[in-house]
Amino acid sequence: MRNVWLVTARELRAYFATPLAYIFIVIFLIMAGILTFFVGGWLGRGQADLQPFFTFHPWLYLFLVPALSMRLWAEERRTGTIELFLTLPITMTQAVVAKFLAAWIFTTIALALTFPLWVTVNYLGNPDNGVILASYVGSALMAGAFMAVGAMISAATKNQVIAFVVTTAVLFVFTLAGSNVVLDLIRAFVPSTVVDIVAGFGFLTHFQSIARGVIDLRDAIFFGSVIVLALAANALIVDLKKAE
Amino acid sequence: MDVKTPPALSVRGLVKRFGPANAQKTAVDGLAFELNRGEVLGFLGPNGAGKSTTMKMICGFLAPDAGTAVVCGHDVLVDPIATKTVIGYLPEGAPAYPDMTPTAFLDFIAAVRGFDGGDRRDRVADAMAKTRLEEVAHQPIETLSKGFKRRVGLAQALLHDPPVLILDEPTDGLDPNQKFEVRRLIRDMAPEKSIVISTHILEEVDAVCSRAMIIARGRIVADGTPGELRARAATQNLDDVFREVTANA
Repeated sequence: MRNVWLVTARELRAYFATPLAYIFIVIFLIMAGILTFFVGGWLGRGQADLQPFFTFHPWLYLFLVPALSMRLWAEERRTGTIELFLTLPITMTQAVVAKFLAAWIFTTIALALTFPLWVTVNYLGNPDNGVILASYVGSALMAGAFMAVGAMISAATKNQVIAFVVTTAVLFVFTLAGSNVVLDLIRAFVPSTVVDIVAGFGFLTHFQSIARGVIDLRDAIFFGSVIVLALAANALIVDLKKAE
Repeated sequence: MDVKTPPALSVRGLVKRFGPANAQKTAVDGLAFELNRGEVLGFLGPNGAGKSTTMKMICGFLAPDAGTAVVCGHDVLVDPIATKTVIGYLPEGAPAYPDMTPTAFLDFIAAVRGFDGGDRRDRVADAMAKTRLEEVAHQPIETLSKGFKRRVGLAQALLHDPPVLILDEPTDGLDPNQKFEVRRLIRDMAPEKSIVISTHILEEVDAVCSRAMIIARGRIVADGTPGELRARAATQNLDDVFREVTANA
């Protein structure tokens, strides 16, 4: 635990040592605001909730999470510090988990900074704050799943731009896997069980009830499993590719 | 010395191959040697001879295809964490996190190495003093000159006072004064430690090494004191010995 925390703290500090952290947070907040007010029509709805805000989170994460995850391992490999890092007395699991945690905590900080929306909705009406809290927790969990996939892909390349583009593409497929855009397309060709399986992988599908403030255990387990599997693959990829 | 004292470093038949299965290149081909306390081994060889790959395997960064290394009684394949605690390793190019200052970087390394509070501060201060880093202590590493970067890497390797030091090209890119300083540092530590340094600079062997080993295509082609090696050539010149043994390997 000590090693995990030490590495996580170092990584977090590295985010704030460059303008990256501040640019990320500002863009995240601006985008969240635009999507909620203009696209989601939050004020015009006349309802005291944050559903239009949470609905757009998968799309927000789709572009912003890869910007954070791309440097996690690609940067270590490019600068050669991976050799220093992995010859310190820490285990591969500690290394992988610590890096993921740093990026995830950072995303959660950005998410928490959207609190003025919560303050506003409480000022304007009487929302169900339990529902809002559940949505925040669910959104953070989904961000973790996005981040774990991004960390895994970052481990496969030295090039941060490649990591970014590939991560965005992969996450796009994951996000839409449960939507009718994809399902209508494949429904004509494959049996319904396959359609159900593909639908089961859709981040969007699993996030729908979370955005309404209902954390279904199955959705939580889904995002948790994505995190665990992606990080296990992350460790394997780091092990395989470090010689290059 | 007691003959039964186990060697500090025992390299046992290390093999490493790279590339796809049908076109594999053997980078390290059954390398084996032992190193005792007080020895400074100069690892020589042409580029691509397998020096760095061997060092990476000893330090637990790369997994060997065969063989293993035992450092102070710890087998790197069986207990990598224990092995890594008794080694100080300077990787090739002395990588360090560019956005950190030497102080912050060494503090992080010391923390991961298990030092806390005043002990950690003392370790960091001691390592910085030994490598003369004080004047750049609070400058981001990316803004430092090559010589200072190399010294940050050295400080990181020395910090926990390890019994075994593996230094990959510790003086590469340093000016003559800095080279002199680093060699003096290595000589000062030598009686207490087992040190492996890889180098292209043959004069370095005379300056710091008690033993020299020439490697070509992953195999040891010469091993002995610098004097013994020199005696192999009629000219008594290490360059000639080097060319001779690596040319027909």
